[in-house]
Amino acid sequence: MTIRHILPAIALLLIATIPFTAPALQILLTLALAKAIAVMGVTLLLRAGQVSFGHALFFGIAAYAAAFVAASSLDDLVVLLIAGTLGAAVSGLIVGLFVVRYRGIFFGMLNLAFSMIFWSVLEKFYHYTGGADGLRLPRPSVLGLSLERAPFELLLFYVTLGLTVALGWFVLRFLGSPVGQLFQTVKTNETRLEYLGISARTTLLKGYVLSAALCGTGGILVAVAQGIVTPSYAYWIRSGEMVFIAVLGGAGSIPGAVVGAVAYEVVRAYAAAFAADIWQLVLGVFLLAVILFAPGGLAGIYEGLANRLSRRDAPSANRKPAAKEVHS
Amino acid sequence: MDYTIVLLAIFDGLSYAALVFMVAVGLTLIFGVLRILNVAHGSLYAIGAYLTASIGGAIFAAGFAPILAFPLMLIAAALVGILLGGPIEYLLLRRIYHKPEVLQLLVTFAVFMILEDVQRLVWGNQPYFEASALQMLGNIQVFGVYYTVYQLILLPVVAALTLIGLRVFLRKTLTGRLITAVTEDREAAQSIGIDANRVYLLTFVVGAGLAGLGGALASPTTSVLPGIGAEMIVLSFAVVATAGLGRIEGAAIAALLIGLGRSAATYTFPELQVLVPYLIMLAVLLVRPEGLFGSPAARKI
Repeated sequence: MTIRHILPAIALLLIATIPFTAPALQILLTLALAKAIAVMGVTLLLRAGQVSFGHALFFGIAAYAAAFVAASSLDDLVVLLIAGTLGAAVSGLIVGLFVVRYRGIFFGMLNLAFSMIFWSVLEKFYHYTGGADGLRLPRPSVLGLSLERAPFELLLFYVTLGLTVALGWFVLRFLGSPVGQLFQTVKTNETRLEYLGISARTTLLKGYVLSAALCGTGGILVAVAQGIVTPSYAYWIRSGEMVFIAVLGGAGSIPGAVVGAVAYEVVRAYAAAFAADIWQLVLGVFLLAVILFAPGGLAGIYEGLANRLSRRDAPSANRKPAAKEVHS
Repeated sequence: MDYTIVLLAIFDGLSYAALVFMVAVGLTLIFGVLRILNVAHGSLYAIGAYLTASIGGAIFAAGFAPILAFPLMLIAAALVGILLGGPIEYLLLRRIYHKPEVLQLLVTFAVFMILEDVQRLVWGNQPYFEASALQMLGNIQVFGVYYTVYQLILLPVVAALTLIGLRVFLRKTLTGRLITAVTEDREAAQSIGIDANRVYLLTFVVGAGLAGLGGALASPTTSVLPGIGAEMIVLSFAVVATAGLGRIEGAAIAALLIGLGRSAATYTFPELQVLVPYLIMLAVLLVRPEGLFGSPAARKI
């Protein structure tokens, strides 16, 4: 146990007490953590050296799937989560079969194209999707119990927090597993992967489906928290935001994705009032600054500080590898 | 089906293809030389359109002759190329040529985010519409179908001149040959004394100017409003990917294919209109992953 592991645990505990210590922040953090789950999907792909400018596609698909299910008689939070995540995973498989043939520019831009297609379908087929106004997502029951607004929001907060921790842990386990190690080899040395007789495409596809499912889970939680789904869920601005948070948090770092999402949402909640018209501009400038001057992101800065702190007691004892940066 | 409808569809497709080509050719030229996909290209297109529509609206309201619309388009294109393209390459892209592709994409994406808001700040959210150039040239009757001269003749002619001009420029002139040399092998070109940095800067300015010109030419035919940049970058990427990244002549054929396909859909299945360009791209990429005219990249081991 070093300072490196204690601090995140303390931070998590602090977040878990938010509904009692700072109730005003509860809904904000629900949204932030839901986004964190979605950002994990983008972060995961960064570990394979790929960036997707269209992952809002899965965010939107899952949210709309949840809204359709909620309109039926099956409107339970658990059913919504399962249906939406499944929807995202299946569409991730279909889109993935196509995009894993590509790397780099094509990978990023084809994802963008898919998300723009879905966005225009949402806008055009308004008989089914409600067009630009979107669909209402009435508050679902939870395991058969219909809750009032306040307890439901409290429960949603803890469900989101629990899912963030559980899925974050799962993704870390995935990256540590043999499949996950192969997945990251797509970035470091894809040719060697194929020399081993392993299909780089299949490996990338596995990670892609997981990343789509993560984005989907985040999408459902945001949709349930906001009670409405609109085409903006799938628009490029949303995808750009996810990429931004992933890079801000530390490209490739899963805890970084969570920290990045929380920092982003909190800053936005207070700063957007002053900079609503130039929000994309501010994000763009920040993105440039992070890429050019702090490529490790928040996770990289944290690692640097933690290394400095723990240098005197444990110089090199089983230190975890530093957060992967986008540039290798 | 009535043959006039077929003709209309063909004319629509032709004029649309000409516009898309103007933007796509800049994108593919920049990629061919700099090996960077400029995501901000769509914003440069939008800014070219905004400049033309807003300045045009102001000077025609002040009583100037509508013929000035044409020099204005060239000025708008030059402004976009020099004032935006120049600094983007010089201050930003120059730092990242040696970085991985993903980072380069992120940097141009950040520029795209910035420029989208700059448009909103400068021109607001209301649409601009300024069609003096289109009205001035009037209509023409071809096989019993009336169509605007601007869209049926001027746009395709400008696109064709751009294509021929670029081809001649790259193959016959000294500067063009320098660009080709740097594209082939940057190190070898530098070792014989070619200033690769200047070539990159020049290429980016020209490419950005072409995007601006595309926007300027498009402005009389459509309302200029927020979001057109995002649509255009995806669309022109579809064209460039269908053709094969870096293929200039290929981009012309792909633009025609996509333009005609889109207008055919407009008259038969209007709901599919926005999807057709992407469906064409997906169909081509499924069969030829490197695009119609691209060559498979050799893998480094």
